[in-house]
Amino acid sequence: MTDRMRLKTVFFIALLSVAINSAAQELPTGDLLIRNATVLTVTNGTMENTDVLIRDGIIAAVGEQLNAPQDTPVIDATGMYVMPGIIDAHSHIGISNVNESSAPVTAQVSVGDVLNPYSIAIYRALAGGVTASHVMHGSANVIGGQNETIKHRWGLLDPDELRMAGAPRTIKFALGENPTRVHGRGNNKRPASRMGVEYVLRETFAKAERYREAWAQYEEDVKTNPRAIPPAYNSQLEIMADILNGDIMIHCHSYRADEILMLLGVLEDFGIDQITLQHVNEGFKIAPELAEFGATASVFADWWGYKFEVYYSTAYNAAILTRNGVLTSINSDSGELNRHLYHEAAKSQKYGDLTDDEALALITINPAIQLGIGDRIGSIEVGKEGDLAIFDRHPLSIYAINQKTVVDGIVYFDIEEDADDMRLIVDPESTVDTAVIHSHEDTHQCLYEGSLDLYDFLESN
Amino acid sequence: MMSLLYSLLTAAVLLIPPSSWKTDTVTALTNARIITITQGTIENGTILIQDGTIIQIGTGVDIPEDARVIDLEGLSIYPGMIDSGTQMGLVEVGSLPETRDASELGDLSPQMKALTAVNPNGVAIPVTRVSGVTTVLTVPSGGMLPGQAALINLHGYTPQQMFAGFEGVVLRFPATGRRGRFDSRSEEDIKKAADEAMKKLNDTWNSAELHQRIDSTYQARPEDGRRPEYVPSMEALRDVIRGDQTLIIHVNTSKDILAAIEWVQTRGIERVLFSGLAEGWRVADKIAEAGIPCLVGPVLSVPTRQSDRFDKAYKNAGLMHAAGVKIAIRSDDTANARNLPYHAGFAAAYGLPLEEALRAVTINPAEFFGVDDRLGSLEVGKEATFFVADGDPFETATTIHHVFIAGYEMPMESRHTQLYEEFLQRTPGLHMHNQD
Repeated sequence: MTDRMRLKTVFFIALLSVAINSAAQELPTGDLLIRNATVLTVTNGTMENTDVLIRDGIIAAVGEQLNAPQDTPVIDATGMYVMPGIIDAHSHIGISNVNESSAPVTAQVSVGDVLNPYSIAIYRALAGGVTASHVMHGSANVIGGQNETIKHRWGLLDPDELRMAGAPRTIKFALGENPTRVHGRGNNKRPASRMGVEYVLRETFAKAERYREAWAQYEEDVKTNPRAIPPAYNSQLEIMADILNGDIMIHCHSYRADEILMLLGVLEDFGIDQITLQHVNEGFKIAPELAEFGATASVFADWWGYKFEVYYSTAYNAAILTRNGVLTSINSDSGELNRHLYHEAAKSQKYGDLTDDEALALITINPAIQLGIGDRIGSIEVGKEGDLAIFDRHPLSIYAINQKTVVDGIVYFDIEEDADDMRLIVDPESTVDTAVIHSHEDTHQCLYEGSLDLYDFLESN
Repeated sequence: MMSLLYSLLTAAVLLIPPSSWKTDTVTALTNARIITITQGTIENGTILIQDGTIIQIGTGVDIPEDARVIDLEGLSIYPGMIDSGTQMGLVEVGSLPETRDASELGDLSPQMKALTAVNPNGVAIPVTRVSGVTTVLTVPSGGMLPGQAALINLHGYTPQQMFAGFEGVVLRFPATGRRGRFDSRSEEDIKKAADEAMKKLNDTWNSAELHQRIDSTYQARPEDGRRPEYVPSMEALRDVIRGDQTLIIHVNTSKDILAAIEWVQTRGIERVLFSGLAEGWRVADKIAEAGIPCLVGPVLSVPTRQSDRFDKAYKNAGLMHAAGVKIAIRSDDTANARNLPYHAGFAAAYGLPLEEALRAVTINPAEFFGVDDRLGSLEVGKEATFFVADGDPFETATTIHHVFIAGYEMPMESRHTQLYEEFLQRTPGLHMHNQD
């Protein structure tokens, strides 16, 4: 390569990166003034007769009788309740594949590569007041793929525009019945037991440590020896090394107390101090241990009984964890449940008497913290992103109906204005919009996944 | 140590009968708001029960001196909620075949009886009843004619003690819709399968009608005729054809609902209930015209079509009611049949009048199942099957304080409450002993 060519290349790359950056910055944001609402800030209590002003997608002011530039769109929310946009910490919507179940360790894959902005499930989530989802790889593998945190910007057609730029990287792990069924019993490959699950974790982390050491040694050697030979590049161990370095957050599908304690032991041995346990139906049994470790929990409100590892469950799980000092969220894992997470959160009042703010935190600020975005969304505070849901009643009431959902200051769902049919694309080959009778099994996507290699994602049709 | 003791104690509690008082003693529930469903709401009312039956209800009721009195000031009494579609007692752990007794082999097994396989000690039973759901239809699910559903009360030590007086033959009507997300058959394959299933159903029904005629002839003059061949599946259908037993038809898409209405009318089947009805709203006027009562649900469900408005499943029950269809609501769940009030609550939020939503989980299903002389409302002479709540039972935060089933006061305990009691403040906590 001549110097000139090199210069050209550098110039081209620079141009390209400017283009990419500006594309990222060009995501639409809005100005909005919401007047006279009951504002459920979650972190600063409830404020009556209060306005919320959003400018350029960011909450600019919360208070009484706010002033805004003349052309700011105004929503009169008299008699309504404004809450932070709901965050689903465990979802599989908006992707065209869920599981790369070909091996017990697939850290190198990412569901961010299969985002599908046409999935009607994204709009339906918005209708339930959900503004962001942690879209996860499935639970077939001990170490599954990387997840993606998305914002529900319905109507933007570039998959990249769904991503919540800057959200920390996360990865899916899974313990117990799913990986042992898929690989052990399904494919005669470790793990076939919870012993094997621990072994797979330890073996993979140990290899990653060696890999990281080898690269560190090479970086050292190459300073003095330009002919030093680098270690073989390994895409999987690159990701595992990033986990060891604290650059990727682990979200681990887990149910039983014993397997969770095992995981905490492994993490401790490899110097990892961050973990969010997903489902964690038996978390209540080891709440003191979870609190001591600093682990957080993302649970179902009341799902149990669908398999043996959730037979000894209690709907009081969220309350027990919360009262023992474990930061807890309630998630859906379902394209049906995610539409009424506000109702799922309210169940923590029936099962354990959580306060309104504690119950709302389960679906707002707590999942935000678990996804490393607690400083950006999850509560109504000046400086945070303008993601809100506006309900006609207190959202913890069964009779509450979400009226409008706002993402980045833009109204993406409006119960009055939206058409019945909100599809972005219609399959030209289909003569009819075939009816699908959904069963609990397929709306609850994680429960049985792993027994199915291929997701026939009808939502993308 | 404490937790071990606690476990032993709770185990002991469960071994003694739920009611430590005799049921022939009069129990008076006083100062309550009584939502009778059929005879209005009584403020500051009293219900007297004896031997499992409501013997008096109203204000100014004389309370016998030796009566056991439960003061319910500030609380409300509702008739026990009835879930018109579950697999209670038939399925213990969803993914474990050894614990599932809902399906027999083959497509045609209408002689199978769900009541036979009901496990009175299913862990979901107390979990469900402490939420005020006292009575459920438990439904077999294998093949086209999977067997006979049974209405059961959620208390009793044998299936017979639990039996609430109704059984119905289940027909899963040939379906043209997709069975779920993973059903990737082509439209042609779906239609072909539905056509084949329809032919099979009609062939079966022709045989059953013939069998019924032969049997009727034989019964009328046994000396002249030959007893029909022993075909148990045909015998099970015979009672439906004669109008002595109800046929519960599971049907969901609009096209299938219309086909089912036509089939029922062609066959002249007298006692029919529809169940499911995910697209009932699309053809609600036709269902109303046919006068077939519907067990609708689950309400908490996604729309059947991508083109449908996001809230169509929530609105379905209300739209059907508005068109004149008689409805009950079902959860179509087992472990979480306790969520029946939330299915009804969502239907109410999305257009079903609140009063009708209450009827849809009480008196309506009682009437559909022909047990409204025993269940479904609070009236003198009916079974003392009700619950006491501190507010609207559909509201999520409402607490249920007492549950009575046929006069027996249920312990307000289940696996879920027991684990809460034991683990809210676990002993030992983090350390086996204080380590100051």
